[in-house]
Amino acid sequence: MSDRAGTGDSPLVLEHEDRPELRHHFADVVQQRNAASLGMWWFLGTEIMFFGGMFCGYLVYRRAYFPDFAAGSRSLNLIAGTLNTAVLICSSLTVALAVRASQLGKRKQLVNLLLATIFFGVCFLAIKGYEWRDEYIHHHVPTFYFDAHDLVRENPNLHLDPQHTKIFFSLYFALTGVHALHMIVGIGIFSVITFMAWRGKFNPEYHTPVEIAGLYWHFVDIVWIYLFPLLYLIDRRPGA
Amino acid sequence: MAEHVDHSIDHSEHIGTSGFYWLIWAILIVATVLTAWISTIDLGVFNTVVALIIATCKASIVVLFFMHVKYTSEKMTKAVLLAAVFWLLLLLVLSLADYSTRYAG
Repeated sequence: MSDRAGTGDSPLVLEHEDRPELRHHFADVVQQRNAASLGMWWFLGTEIMFFGGMFCGYLVYRRAYFPDFAAGSRSLNLIAGTLNTAVLICSSLTVALAVRASQLGKRKQLVNLLLATIFFGVCFLAIKGYEWRDEYIHHHVPTFYFDAHDLVRENPNLHLDPQHTKIFFSLYFALTGVHALHMIVGIGIFSVITFMAWRGKFNPEYHTPVEIAGLYWHFVDIVWIYLFPLLYLIDRRPGA
Repeated sequence: MAEHVDHSIDHSEHIGTSGFYWLIWAILIVATVLTAWISTIDLGVFNTVVALIIATCKASIVVLFFMHVKYTSEKMTKAVLLAAVFWLLLLLVLSLADYSTRYAG
C-alpha cells in the first residue's frame, strides 16, 4: 500500500486486493456476510407486509362470509395440499443442508442438494398446476365462467351465495398465484446459485449467495405453512 | 469490535449437524400430518385456533433453525424480524378490530 500512497487513490480501494469476493467497504468477510444477510431480512420484512395485506383481506372476508369460505375450502384437494406442504418442507431441508455443505466447502454435495431443491420446487408447481386444472374444469376460477352452483347444491343447509364463494376463490387464486410466482423466482435464483456452485465460486469463507437465497426459499416455505391451514383446512369437521 | 480481525478463523458462523436438520424436517412433517388430521376432528371454534398454533410453531422452527436466527451474531436480524411481525400484527389486529365492531353479527 505504501508505494501507492499519496497518488490520490482511496486507500480503501487497495485493501483486500488478494480477496476478490471481499468488497472494499467491508472490514472482513464476517461483516460482509452479516450485512448481506441483514439486507435479505429487511427484504423479507417487506415481503411479510406484502403477503400481510392479502392475509388481512382474507381474514376480513372469511369473517363476513364464513359458510362460503368453508364450502370453498372443502372443495380443495386436501391430499394435494398436504403433499405440497410436505414437498416444500423437504425442499427447505435440502436448502438447509446445502447451506451446510457450502459452509464446509463440499462442492459436489452442494450442487446435488441445490439440484434437489430445484426438483422439489418444480414438483410443488406441478402439483399446484394439477389442482388449478381441476378447479378450472369445475368452473371455480373467478372469471366470467365462474360457477359455484355445484357447491350450493352440495351444501343445502349453508345457504351459500355464489358471489361470496367467488370471493373465496379470488383470494385463493391470488394467494396461491403470488406464492407460485415466488416459487418460480426462487427456482430461477437457485438455478443461478447452482451454476455458481458448479463453477466452484463458493468456499467456507465465501458462500453468502447460497445463504441469502436460502433465507428467501425458507420464507416462501413459511408463507405456504400459513396458506395451507388458512385455505385448505377452514372447516373439514365431519358433518360440517 | 477488535481492531484486527483474523481472516483465516471465523467464529461467527454456526454449522449445524445434518442429523439435526433431519430431526427438524421430521418434526415439520409430523406437524403437517397432525394439522391435516386434527382438522377432521370436531373441536368447535378451536379447530382454527389449533391449526394456527401448529402453523406458528412450524414457522418458528423454520425461522430459528433453518434460517439460523437462533445462532446469528447479527443482533439487528432479530430486531428486523420482530419489527416485521409486530407491524403485521398491527395491520391484522387493528383491521379486524375495526371490521368486527362496525356492524352486528
